[in-house]
Amino acid sequence: MLTYIARRILFMVPITLAISLVTFIIIQLPPGDFVTALSAQASENNEQIDPETLAALRERYGFDQPIIVQYWKWITNIVFHGDFGQSFEWNRPVSELIWDRLGLTLVVSLATLIFVWILAFPIGIYSAVRQYSWGDYIATFIGFIGLAVPNFLLALVLMYVTSRFMGANVGGLFSAEYANADWSWGRVGDLLNHLWVPVIVLGTGGTAALIRIMRANLLDELKKPYVELARARGLSETYLLLKYPVRVALNPFVSTLGWILPTLVSGAVVTAIVLSLPTTGPLLLNALFAQDMYLAGAFILLLSILTLIGTLVSDILLAWLDPRIRYE
Amino acid sequence: MSDAALNPSIEASAGKAARTKPEKTVAASGQWRLIWLRFRRHKLAFWSGIVVIAIYAVALFSDFIAPTTAFSYNAQYTYAPPQMVRVWGQDTDGNRHLFYVHDYTVTVDPIALQRSFEPDRETIVPLGFFVRGEPYRFWGLIPMEHRLFGPKEVGQPFYLFGADRLGRDVFSRTIHGTRVSMSIGLIGVAISLVIGIILGGISGLAGGWLDEVIQRTIEFLKSIPTIPLWMGLAAAIPLNIHPLIVYFWITVILSLIGWTDIARIVRGKFLSLKTEDFVTAARLDGCGQQRIIWRHMVPSFMSHLIASTTLAIPAMILAETMLSFLGIGLRPPVVSWGVLLKESQSILAVANAPWLFLPGLAVIIAVLALNFLGDGLRDAADPYGR
Amino acid sequence: MSEPRNLIEVEDLRTHFFTDEGIVKAVDGVAFTIPTGKTVCVVGESGSGKSMTGRSILNMIPYPGRILEGAVQWRPNGAEPTDLLSLDPKGKAIRAIRGNDIALISQEPMAALSPVHTIGNQMVETIRLHLGIGKVEARQRAAAMLAKVGIPKPELRLDSYAFQLSGGMRQRVCIALAVACEPKLLIADEPTTALDVTTQANILDLFQELKNDLGVSILFITHDLGVVAEIADEVVVMYLGQVVEQGPVEQIFHDPLHPYTRALLGSVPRVARGRAKRLNTIRGMVPSPFDRPQGCLFHPRCDRFEAGLCDQSVPPLERYGDARTARCFKAGGAG
Repeated sequence: MLTYIARRILFMVPITLAISLVTFIIIQLPPGDFVTALSAQASENNEQIDPETLAALRERYGFDQPIIVQYWKWITNIVFHGDFGQSFEWNRPVSELIWDRLGLTLVVSLATLIFVWILAFPIGIYSAVRQYSWGDYIATFIGFIGLAVPNFLLALVLMYVTSRFMGANVGGLFSAEYANADWSWGRVGDLLNHLWVPVIVLGTGGTAALIRIMRANLLDELKKPYVELARARGLSETYLLLKYPVRVALNPFVSTLGWILPTLVSGAVVTAIVLSLPTTGPLLLNALFAQDMYLAGAFILLLSILTLIGTLVSDILLAWLDPRIRYE
Repeated sequence: MSDAALNPSIEASAGKAARTKPEKTVAASGQWRLIWLRFRRHKLAFWSGIVVIAIYAVALFSDFIAPTTAFSYNAQYTYAPPQMVRVWGQDTDGNRHLFYVHDYTVTVDPIALQRSFEPDRETIVPLGFFVRGEPYRFWGLIPMEHRLFGPKEVGQPFYLFGADRLGRDVFSRTIHGTRVSMSIGLIGVAISLVIGIILGGISGLAGGWLDEVIQRTIEFLKSIPTIPLWMGLAAAIPLNIHPLIVYFWITVILSLIGWTDIARIVRGKFLSLKTEDFVTAARLDGCGQQRIIWRHMVPSFMSHLIASTTLAIPAMILAETMLSFLGIGLRPPVVSWGVLLKESQSILAVANAPWLFLPGLAVIIAVLALNFLGDGLRDAADPYGR
Repeated sequence: MSEPRNLIEVEDLRTHFFTDEGIVKAVDGVAFTIPTGKTVCVVGESGSGKSMTGRSILNMIPYPGRILEGAVQWRPNGAEPTDLLSLDPKGKAIRAIRGNDIALISQEPMAALSPVHTIGNQMVETIRLHLGIGKVEARQRAAAMLAKVGIPKPELRLDSYAFQLSGGMRQRVCIALAVACEPKLLIADEPTTALDVTTQANILDLFQELKNDLGVSILFITHDLGVVAEIADEVVVMYLGQVVEQGPVEQIFHDPLHPYTRALLGSVPRVARGRAKRLNTIRGMVPSPFDRPQGCLFHPRCDRFEAGLCDQSVPPLERYGDARTARCFKAGGAG
C-alpha cells in the first residue's frame, strides 16, 4: 500500500512538470510581453515608466532571453519563492491575488462534491434496485436533464427564477457586509448561506452522471453470482445488498473522484463568472481578456495541480477500498 | 478455411442470442443488420435519431427555414416578447385567416424609457408557407427570396421567440445558429476521430515505448481541467482574424481533449482483438498485417466507435456554447447558440426578456437527442454484450 | 414399500419468466424427489430449466421470473413437511433454511465469492447467522471446514481474498462455505463446469466424501454425463423445462427409455473398442423458448418421430417399473 502511494506520488512529478510547461506555453501564446503592454498602457495614460524599471522587469522575467530560460525563471520563482510574477492589470504580485480565490474555489468544489455524492449514492442504489420503477424513470429523466443543460444556463435560469419569484439576488458568495470582512463565524455562516446556489448549479451535472454510473455498476453487480450466493446463505435482502453489491459498486463510484473533481473545478470557473462568485473564475477570465498572463498562468497551473491532487486522493482511496488493487 | 475459423464465434453468439433475446433472423443476419434490428427496438434512441437528423437538416437548410436573415433588425421591436401563433380567426374586416400572429401595441414608459409590448388584437399579421422574404443567398451561392414560412408581407413583425436588444428575431437567429453549433460538434469530432484512430491504433498495435508515450500523453491531457485549458487557448486566438479561422481554431482546441477518449477505445479494442481467435485464424490463413487490421479488426469495432463518436458530439456542442457564452469562443457576427446565449448574460436583460434563454432550449434538445442516440447505438453496437 | 425416506419432494413445479419478448417456461411441470443421503443429478442442455429448478427449491427466482404453481415439500428427519414455496421468499422462515439446511454451490467459483471481502469474513458471517455462536468459535469452525474440504493452512486462508486463490481452491472454499452449517441438502449447480479435468475429479471426490461423512443429500445439476456416471444415485433428465425421464443411474445408462436420453448418451465420446465411429450429435438446435413445438417438445429432433402423434399430443409421464418414469409415446417399444 505504501509503495503504491509512493509510486503514485512519484508519478505526479513529471505530470506536474508537463503541466507547468504547457501552462507557460499558453501564457506565452499571445504576442508581446507584459512589459511592453505595461509601457503601452502607461503611455496611453500619458505617463512614463522610466526605462530602468522596465529593464529591471525584463531582467527579472528574462524577457530578452530564450523561452526556455524564461520558463526556468518563471517556474523557479514559483517553486522557491512562491513568486508567480506580477499582475500587470492589478499592478500587484499575483501571489497576493490568488490564494483567497483559490481557497474559495476549493470550498465550492468540495461542497459540491459532497452534495453530489450524498445525493447520487442513495438515488443510484434506489434506481438500480427498483429498476424500471417510477422513481427510477424520474431519476433517469432528471439525470439526462442534468447532463444536457449547460451549467451557465442553469445558473442563469436559477438567478432569473429567484430574482423574479423570490425577490432575492443569489449571486456572489457573501452578503455586502461580509464581502470584504475578515473571517469570523458570521462570515462562515454567510458563506454557507450563499453556497447552495453554486453547489446546486455545479452539482446537477455531476449528480446526474454519478447516478447513472452508480445505477449501471450496481445493476451489473446485482447480476453476479456472489449476490445470489449471499442470498442462498440466508442473509436478509437489505443486509446483503449493502454489504456486497453496493460495496463492490462503491469502487467505480469512488474512482469517479478522479474526473469529477476536474469537472467541478472546470465547471466552477464558468458558474463563478455567471454568479459573480469571488472565486478563480471571473479573475481568470478577466486576466485572459486583458492578457494578464502571469495571473492567468498561475490560475491554470494551480487549478491543474488541484485536480492532480484530487486524482491522487481518489487513487489512494480506491486502493484502500479495493483489495484487488492493494495486493496488485 | 476462414469460414471454419469463424464458426465458433458465430455459434457462441447464436447460442447466447437464443438464450437471451431470440430472434428468428438473428442467425442469418450480418453485423449491421443485427445492429439495426436492435437499434429499432430501442424506441427512445430511434426517435432521438430522427430528431438528430431533423436538427442537421435544419442546420443544412437554415437560410431557407429561418423566417428572416440572421441580421435583419427593427429597432421598433427591441425586446419584443414572443408572439403566439393563432391557427384560425378573423380580422376586423371580417376576413378569415389561417395562421397569423397579432402585431404589438407599444407603449413607452416616459421615465424609464422602457418599451412595453402588448399583443394588438386588432391587427393581424397573416403567415404563410413559401412566402417571399428578404433576398438572400442559399448556402452563400444561390440567390433566393422564398422562405419556408413567415409573414406574408415582408418586414411585418414576426417574433416566435421574441426579439433581442436590436430587435432581431431570436427564432431566426436560433435557426441560423444551428449550422455553426451543430457543425462545430461534427467537425470537432471528426478531427478527434482522425487523431484518436491514428494514435490509438499506433498505441494498440505497435505497443512498446510508442504506446507508453501516447498513454502518458492521454493521461496528462485528461488531468488538466478542461475549461481553464480551453479558456487559455481560446484567449490566445487573436481578435482581429477572420471568423472562419476562429471557428477552425475553436474546433481544433476542442478536439485537443476529445481525441483521448477515442484513442483509448481504439487502443483497447486493438489490444483485446489481437488475441481473439478469429484474428489468429486470419493470421494463420496467411492474411497480411494490413488485411487483418482493415478487414478483420476494424470492422469488428467500427460500430462501437460510431456510438462513442456520437456520444462525443454533445460534449463538443456544450463546450462551444460555453466558450462563446464567455466571449472567448466564437464572436459576432458569427451566429451560434453560444453567441446567442451571451445576450442573456446580463441578468438585467434576462429579467426583462427571459425569452433570450430560448436558444438554450435548442442546445438542450440537441444534446439530449445526441445522448439518447449515442446510448442506443452503443447498446445496439454490442450485439454480443449484455 | 421400502423406499428411502424423501428429504425433498418437488411437485408439479412451474417457474416462468415474464420477459418483454414473451413468457419463457423455464420450468414447466417438474416433479421429482430427493431421497435422504442420496445424490440426484439433474441433466439437460443449457436452457432446459435445470438451474431454475434448483433455484425454485430455495424459492429464489430472479426477476422477471415467478413460481406459478407447485410445491417443494421439505421434510427433514421425516418431520411434517413444509412447503418451501408457501414461505415468503424474503421472509425469516426461508432465510433460516437457506444456508443452514439447504445450501447452494454455483458454477463460477470466481464470481461466487465477494471480490472485496475475505473468505473468513463470509464464512464467519454465515456460521454466526445460523448457529448463533461467538466470533472466535465461528472462526475456528470456518477454519475446520476449510481443512475438511482440503485447503492447506486454513487459518491463513481465512484472511485471503477470492482472487488470491486458484480456481479449484476457490471452488473448495465455496463448498466449505456451503457445508459450514452442515446442511441436509446441497444444491450444486454445475460446480465442476468451469474447472479443468483434474480439478474436476478432485472436486467430485470431495462431494462423495462429504456425502459419506456428513450424510448430506445432493442435488447435482450438470450437463456432463461423465460426471453423472461418477456421482449420481438418481438421474432426472430435463428438456425445455420438463422432465423427460428419471430413474436410478445404472438403469438410465444401460437402458435409456426416452429418445432424448438415448441421444444424449450417444453423443458422449467414448474410447470405443474396435472400429472408430463418428461421434453422434443430436439433430437440430434447442428451439427458442418462445417457439416451443406442439405436442412432444422433442419431436422436431427425435429419431422416432411419428407424424400425427408426436406433433399433436403431449406424451404423459409414465411409470416404467418401480423406480422409473419417461415421457414418450414410443418409450416402451423396441430399443
